[in-house]
Amino acid sequence: MKDKFQVVGTNEPKVDGRTLVTGKPVFAGDVDLPGMLHVALVTSPMAHARITRIDTSAAEALDGVACVLTHRNTPTTRYTTAGQGAPEPSPYDSRMFDTKVRFVGDRVAAVAADTPTIAAQAAALVEVEYEDLGPVLSMDAALAPGAPVIHDEQDALDIWDAPHNIASVVSAITGDVSAGFDESAVVVETTTETQYAQHAPLEPHVVLAHLDGEGRIILISSTQVPFHVRRIVARLLDLPIHRIRVIKPRLGGGFGAKQEVIVEDVAALIALRTGRPVRFEFTRAQEFISSRTRHPMRVRVKLGALSDGTIHAIEMDVISNTGAYGSHGLTVMSNTGSKTLPLYNKAPHVRFDGRAVYTTMPVAGAYRGYGGTQGCYPLETAMDEMAARLGIDPVELRVRNHIRAGETSPIFEELGEGRKGTPQIVTSCALDACIRVGVERFEWCRKRAEPRGNGPIRHGVGMSVHMQGSGIPLVDMAGASIAMNDDGSFNLLVGATDLGTGSDTILAQIAAEVLGVPVDRIVVTSSDTDLTPFDTGAYASSTTYVSGTAVERAARDVAGQIISVAASMLAADPETLRLADGRVVGDDGRSVDLAKIGFRSYYGPDPAQIAATASFVPESSPPPFMAAFAEVAVDTETGLITVVDYVAAVDCGTAINPRLAEGQMEGAIANGIGYALTEEMQFTSLGRVKNPDLARYKIPGSMDLPPIRVYLVESYEPTGPMGAKSIAEIGINGPLPAIANAVYHAVGVRLTHPPFTPEKVWRELNRQGAAR
Amino acid sequence: MNVRYTIDGVGTATEAGPGESLMDVLRRLGHTSVKNGCDRGDCGSCAVLVDGRAINACLVFAVQVNGAAIGTIEGLARGGELHPLQAAALDGSAIQCGFCTPGMLITALDLLSRNPEPDEAAVRTALSGSFCRCTGYVKPVEAILAAAAAMLERRS
Repeated sequence: MKDKFQVVGTNEPKVDGRTLVTGKPVFAGDVDLPGMLHVALVTSPMAHARITRIDTSAAEALDGVACVLTHRNTPTTRYTTAGQGAPEPSPYDSRMFDTKVRFVGDRVAAVAADTPTIAAQAAALVEVEYEDLGPVLSMDAALAPGAPVIHDEQDALDIWDAPHNIASVVSAITGDVSAGFDESAVVVETTTETQYAQHAPLEPHVVLAHLDGEGRIILISSTQVPFHVRRIVARLLDLPIHRIRVIKPRLGGGFGAKQEVIVEDVAALIALRTGRPVRFEFTRAQEFISSRTRHPMRVRVKLGALSDGTIHAIEMDVISNTGAYGSHGLTVMSNTGSKTLPLYNKAPHVRFDGRAVYTTMPVAGAYRGYGGTQGCYPLETAMDEMAARLGIDPVELRVRNHIRAGETSPIFEELGEGRKGTPQIVTSCALDACIRVGVERFEWCRKRAEPRGNGPIRHGVGMSVHMQGSGIPLVDMAGASIAMNDDGSFNLLVGATDLGTGSDTILAQIAAEVLGVPVDRIVVTSSDTDLTPFDTGAYASSTTYVSGTAVERAARDVAGQIISVAASMLAADPETLRLADGRVVGDDGRSVDLAKIGFRSYYGPDPAQIAATASFVPESSPPPFMAAFAEVAVDTETGLITVVDYVAAVDCGTAINPRLAEGQMEGAIANGIGYALTEEMQFTSLGRVKNPDLARYKIPGSMDLPPIRVYLVESYEPTGPMGAKSIAEIGINGPLPAIANAVYHAVGVRLTHPPFTPEKVWRELNRQGAAR
Repeated sequence: MNVRYTIDGVGTATEAGPGESLMDVLRRLGHTSVKNGCDRGDCGSCAVLVDGRAINACLVFAVQVNGAAIGTIEGLARGGELHPLQAAALDGSAIQCGFCTPGMLITALDLLSRNPEPDEAAVRTALSGSFCRCTGYVKPVEAILAAAAAMLERRS
């Protein structure tokens, strides 16, 4: 299939790459406007308290302070910061500034001043008195009888059971699981408990707000969801949507954290109140504490298999810690099942139950992998255990059970985004090939058979298989516009949000492919709510598949218009014409340059703009698939786990830009290895984050990683643009189960509480009698 | 107090406050390629050359390096032609979000000035203070090795 493409499938340099390597001022924090105010946040020192008194007079009296926002002078509208499409599936349990604080780091006040220093000084002068309501610092504490009620407000919407601290619940069932387990020859059960982890984009959240000459609010924001920001801020500030313009500049990474609308509302309101430009940027500590995290989860998976190794029954029970607010609580939990259970579709009996629980801890939200990461870990650990119990190779157990093209799973229909899902047949699946390639490149058979060592260092290998999705079916919508210029080049306008992933580049490649031009003839403008068509935004691995299809459609429309102009210029039958090499070429060998067509479209004869807008709503979410392999060395004296080798083979459909696709995988794997081995937010007994910096919250550095070997195993997704699927998230899911399974192979110990730090591993080795 | 620097070859004088970091002064002067990722020396996004050596500009008071020659990646491309490090990063798909790229390239520049033929371990060691959350370092390391080879070739 690849051979028929000219531009798709090539490693085009990023269209914004030159800008980035030359250090141009293209990030939101680089913009400096005359008279700009700087914002400092006053945050709660208490995990759970009512504000009994707040006095801002000393802060306001300080020279250079322009504005102080608190619960007393800001809108009281309940909303969710989740940054999702409408209707929003997260409960409306937040206020811009509330009379109650629900975690250490919750918003209390915001101060805007002439300089960051003055703002910080003024923030320290805001006097607040609190009535302690008692911290609730674990899911068990939140669910205990008589636990303090975290959301006792009367005006919240869509909380499942506020008096019992349950934000959301979801369940799905197909078949009869208890009968299924009775019929099974082997039943295994695994419970895992994952930790608080943070996205740690190198650029913290930042927004610049100012008013244009007509008093409209212009937000230049480091956001993944410009259109949702516009809609949500408009509702909060009670303004018509069109009074706000959101511009997405270059983003310094997001990984889901920047789907959350947590800075724009404050900056917009200060700009409105003062008439001055405002910059609001998080410090690194605030990025850890007051931004968003991955939902910590306790997940129990029970698997039943027939004696031939067919997985017959699956049960998954999830308790998810959504923190102080229910942002993404319902949908992340749903995806814990929906992005994992369909993988083993031979099982007729499947049950999923999930509860998202409030605690007075930092707020969880969207994070690359989106529940799939937390769900695949116990599932793939249980599969490894099942293989051991059945006495078959873990690879073979997956091969016997995984879903294939042309098949479906009832889970697709039973479990969607916090509600029923969409029935779907898997239209492309190269997981077999991924497993084959991975086994070969990793040298699975040789490594698996090798002695594990007798000394203190034990070696082992483990593997896991994965699926994710490509966008949210019947929810996501992407728009794209293409207009032809008078030199035969094109302007491509997309709402899709490039947050560093390279989506501007691959969308240009898709347009260039259809229009028969090199990428440099496509000028991309992305994500400006005044200029570009709507797009739900960069989340749920949607851009390549959903936005890419919108671009392909718009390009096909424009190509048709070009051909009809060329047909009249050449007096030829349009059916005999095609676009190639910057020209319209006829079957008879005659051709016309696109520049001539573009010029004619502007200046005649019969001038008319050649342009089209198209949109796409997916009816399914074609999963990318992946096989992951890890080799570890476990030091049984110290508990240190070293990942020696890591291989991932991924089915991405057509790779629009192979190196950019590899880059998505490599970065996700690095992040996943950090999640498995080192990354954890730690808390004091009063709920304060102990390590809100990059020295003590350890993300992988260049020397901390094994060789990461990624193999793109192409399939052709018939519903995708040029056969493509999305792979922004799937890579992050592999390391945790693959490493845990490798450790089991090395020392016979099941690790269920990441991160696998030496101390924790050493204690576990001792507990399970495997230490030296 | 008054400070003077030569920034990317251009003489500049400005006022610097007693507690102001070199990073803050450079950004205030419009050298926004110097990125603030943590403001405490952990991430390396603000690395600049000070008299030829890469340092984290957030950890240095502006007044401490009064009179120094400062190098940022803004001065790296000559007459529109990218420096081999920039070209290798671009051609090798070594950039994703690009936020850590300036600090990383400055760090690589420092490395290559001292060790024109680094192996992968040397590059990884040099980058150990430059965090990247997007790439897993795979393609940045490749790009720096490719740039080193290109620079050697150019010299020979």
